[in-house]
Amino acid sequence: MELTRRDAVAALSALGVGGTLAGCVTPPGSEPVDVDRLHETLVAAAEVVYPSRVSGIDPFVAAFLEGRLADRAHIEGLEGAVTELDENARVWFDDGFTALSVADREQVLRNVGADEADEDPSGTASERVRYYVVNDLLLALYASPTGGELVGLENPQGHAGGTGSYQRGPNA
Amino acid sequence: MSWDRPPAGSAAPTTDDADRTPVRDADVCVIGAGPAGGIVADRLAEAGREVVILEAGPRFDPDDRLARQERAIRPAYDRPDVWDGDPERDAYESTGERFYPLNHARARGVGGSTLHWQGMVMRLHEDDFASESARGVGADWPIDYDDLRPYYAAAERELGVAGADDNPFAPPREQPHPMPAFPPSYSDSLFAEACDELEIAMHSVPNARNSEGYDDRSACVGYGTCQPVCPSGAKYDATVHVERAEQRGATVIDRAPVQRLEHGPDAIEAAVYATPDDERHRQSADAFVIACGGVETPRLLLLSESSHYPDGLANSSGLVGRYFMDHLFAGTGGVLDEPTRQNHVGFLTSESHQFYDEADAEQAPFKLEFFNYDGPSPVGMALSSDGADWGDDLLAELRSAYGTHIGMGGLVEQLPRKDSYVGLDPSTTDDHGNPVPDVHWTVGDRALETIERVNEIQERILAELGAEITWQAGPEGTGPAYHHMGTTRMGSEPAESVVGPDLRTHDLENCWIASSSVFPTGGAMNPTLTIAALALKAADHVLEAA
Ligand SMILES: Cc1cc2nc3c(=O)[nH]c(=O)nc-3n(C[C@H](O)[C@H](O)[C@H](O)COP(=O)(O)OP(=O)(O)OC[C@H]3O[C@@H](n4cnc5c(N)ncnc54)[C@H](O)[C@@H]3O)c2cc1C
Ligand code: SF4
Repeated sequence: MELTRRDAVAALSALGVGGTLAGCVTPPGSEPVDVDRLHETLVAAAEVVYPSRVSGIDPFVAAFLEGRLADRAHIEGLEGAVTELDENARVWFDDGFTALSVADREQVLRNVGADEADEDPSGTASERVRYYVVNDLLLALYASPTGGELVGLENPQGHAGGTGSYQRGPNA
Repeated sequence: MSWDRPPAGSAAPTTDDADRTPVRDADVCVIGAGPAGGIVADRLAEAGREVVILEAGPRFDPDDRLARQERAIRPAYDRPDVWDGDPERDAYESTGERFYPLNHARARGVGGSTLHWQGMVMRLHEDDFASESARGVGADWPIDYDDLRPYYAAAERELGVAGADDNPFAPPREQPHPMPAFPPSYSDSLFAEACDELEIAMHSVPNARNSEGYDDRSACVGYGTCQPVCPSGAKYDATVHVERAEQRGATVIDRAPVQRLEHGPDAIEAAVYATPDDERHRQSADAFVIACGGVETPRLLLLSESSHYPDGLANSSGLVGRYFMDHLFAGTGGVLDEPTRQNHVGFLTSESHQFYDEADAEQAPFKLEFFNYDGPSPVGMALSSDGADWGDDLLAELRSAYGTHIGMGGLVEQLPRKDSYVGLDPSTTDDHGNPVPDVHWTVGDRALETIERVNEIQERILAELGAEITWQAGPEGTGPAYHHMGTTRMGSEPAESVVGPDLRTHDLENCWIASSSVFPTGGAMNPTLTIAALALKAADHVLEAA
C-alpha cells in the first residue's frame, strides 16, 4: 500500500513546510545537523520495520522527519540512536547501517536490542533506538490513514479523520 | 489547519517571567482554575468584580497539544506525564481498603482535570437530590432538582453540550441542548439489535464536545484521544472559562499553590501562596471561592487549622474531608465474529439510563455505557515491546488483535460513609513541606452488589449479541471513575455539613466552595455538569453577598 504525502502530513509532519530535506540544517539554537544521514538511516530502518506491502517510504519519512526537526532534544536523541546503529553495523558487518541489506539491517536492530527493549528517550542504547528509530517510525505509520487501513481502521488514534468513519459499517 | 507537530518530549509549560505578586484591591480570590473556578471567575469578572485566580499548576501552551497527544499514545509516557504531573508536587497517600490512584484522577494547571477528562455531561436525576427520602439511604441535598434546573440549562450553554431529547429516563428539561447530539456509532447499531430483543432502551449521550462549531471552537475532528487530550479544542476544557475571565479583566496567577488560608474567627483574610522561586505572597480579598477539586479542597481547609479552628478551617462540624465518594466502574467486554469498528473516536455516543431510578436502599442507581473504543488501539499496540517486533509479523498481529472487540461500561453510585475520607498524612510532605492528602477510600456493599447486577445485564446483552466474553470489571476488579465527591458536604444544619445551600461555609462569612466536594450524595451521573451548575449558583450567591 502506497504511503502518500497525505499520510506523512497526517502522521507527524509540518504541512506547508514543503520542500525537500537536503544537506545540513540548523535546528533552533544549535550545531548543524546532518539531516541527510538521519533521513537515510530512518528510511533504511523503515524498510525493516514497515510491512513489505508499504511503498513510498522515502518521501513519507522525509516529511515526517521535517516535523521532528524543530525540536533540538529530539534530533540529538535521534542522532545518538543513528550513531549506535552505525557503530554496531561497522563492528558486525564492516559497513554503515544504510549500506547493509535489509536482512543485515534487521540483524543490527536486533544486535542493539531494539526488538526486546521498551522505548525510553533517555534510557539505554536499546531503549533509545527503540524510541527514536523503531517506534518513531511505527508511530508515524500506524497513526496515518494508510497505516490504519492496513489494520482495518482508516481513522486511527492520532489522525484527525473526522466524525464520519465511526458511524460507518465495515462494508460502507 | 496547521499540522506542525513537534515530538512528545517538546511539550512544556509556558515559561514566562510573569508577575506573580498579589492583585491589589481584589474583590474575589478564586483558588483553582478547573471548571468550577473558571466558571465562577468568569461570572464574577463579567459582573465587574476584580477577580484573581490562584492556580497551583502551570499554564499550558495550546500549541503543545499534538505533542501531548503523542505522549498519550507512546508507552514511554505514563498518564500523569501527559499534563506534566510532578510526583513531588502531587504526592499523596492511599490508605483505604482500596487503592486510590489519585494522580490518574486529576490534572493540575489552568484547565484543571478537564484537560484530561472524557467530557460526558448529564444532569442528576430528581431522586438523586432526595436519596434519603426517596431511596431510604444516603443524605438529602438541601436543594432539589428544580432549584438547580435553570443553572443546569445555563451550564449546558457554558460548556457547549451536544445532546438530544431522546432519553426517556432523563429529568425534565425545557430547552434543547445547545448542539445536536453526535450520531450513534456503528457498534451502537449492533448493540441496538440486542437491546431491542431484551427491551433495553438506548439513547444518546450528552457530550461537552462540539458536534458543530461552538464558541469559536471547532467541531470534533475525530483524533480519538479525547481522554487525556483533545488537540483540536472540540472537547470542552476549562481553559475556555479561565481565558474568558481574563478577557473580562480577571488576573490568573499560575504555579501559585495556596499553602494556607489566613483567617479570623468569621472570615478569611488572605490566601498565602508560593511561587516557583519559592517566595510567599498574601492575596487578600473580600470574598474567597475555593475550587480545588474534591481532594485538595478539604486538604487546604485541614492545612489551614488555627487555634480557633484546631481541626481545620470551616470544620466546626468535623466533617471536612469525610464522606469521600467516587463512582464505581462496572464493565464487561468480549469479541464478536464480525467487525465492530472500534477506536475511531474517543467518546461515547450511546448509553442506557433505564435502570437508574429503580434504585432503593439495596440497589444503587447506575447507568450503562456502550463503548466505541473497546479493545486495543493498533498504534498503541504497535509501540509496545510485547509480541511481534515489526514488519509483516507485527502487521499480522495487529490485524488479528484489532477489529472484533465490543464492550460495555457502567457507573454505580457509592453511598456517603464517614469512614471514607480525605485526611492529611503528616509523615509525608509535598514539595513545599505540607502534609500530603491521604485518600482513605471505602466503598460499601450496596455499590458492590449493584456492580454484580450491572455485570449481569452486560452479560445478557453481550450474550444476545453472540459475543465471547473476554474481560469483566466486577466487584473485585472495579475501580474509581475519578469523580471526587462529598468531602465538604452541603446541608442546612451546621452540625451536619460544611457548606449551606448557598455554598457558603457555615463557619466563615466570606468563603464559598465550588466543587463536587459539596455533593451530599453522588448519584451515578458524571458530576461535572452539576459542578458547573453549582459554580454558577455560587457566583450568584457571592454577588448577592457583596
Ligand atoms: C480521566 C478523567 C475522566 C473524566 N471524565 C469525566 C466525564 O466524562 N464527565 C464528568 O462529568 N467528569 C469527568 N471527570 C471529572 C472531571 O474532570 C472533574 O469533575 C472536574 O474537572 C472537576 O472540576 P473542579 O474545577 O472542581 O476541579 P479540577 O478540575 O480538578 O480543578 C481543580 C484545580 O485546582 C487546582 N488546585 C488544587 N489545589 C490548589 C491549591 N492549594 N492552590 C491553588 N490551586 C489548587 C488544581 O491544580 C486544579 O487545576 C474525569 C476526570 C478524569 C481524571
Ligand atoms: S475525537 Fe476527541 S480528541 Fe478528537 S477532536 Fe473529537 S473531541 Fe477532540
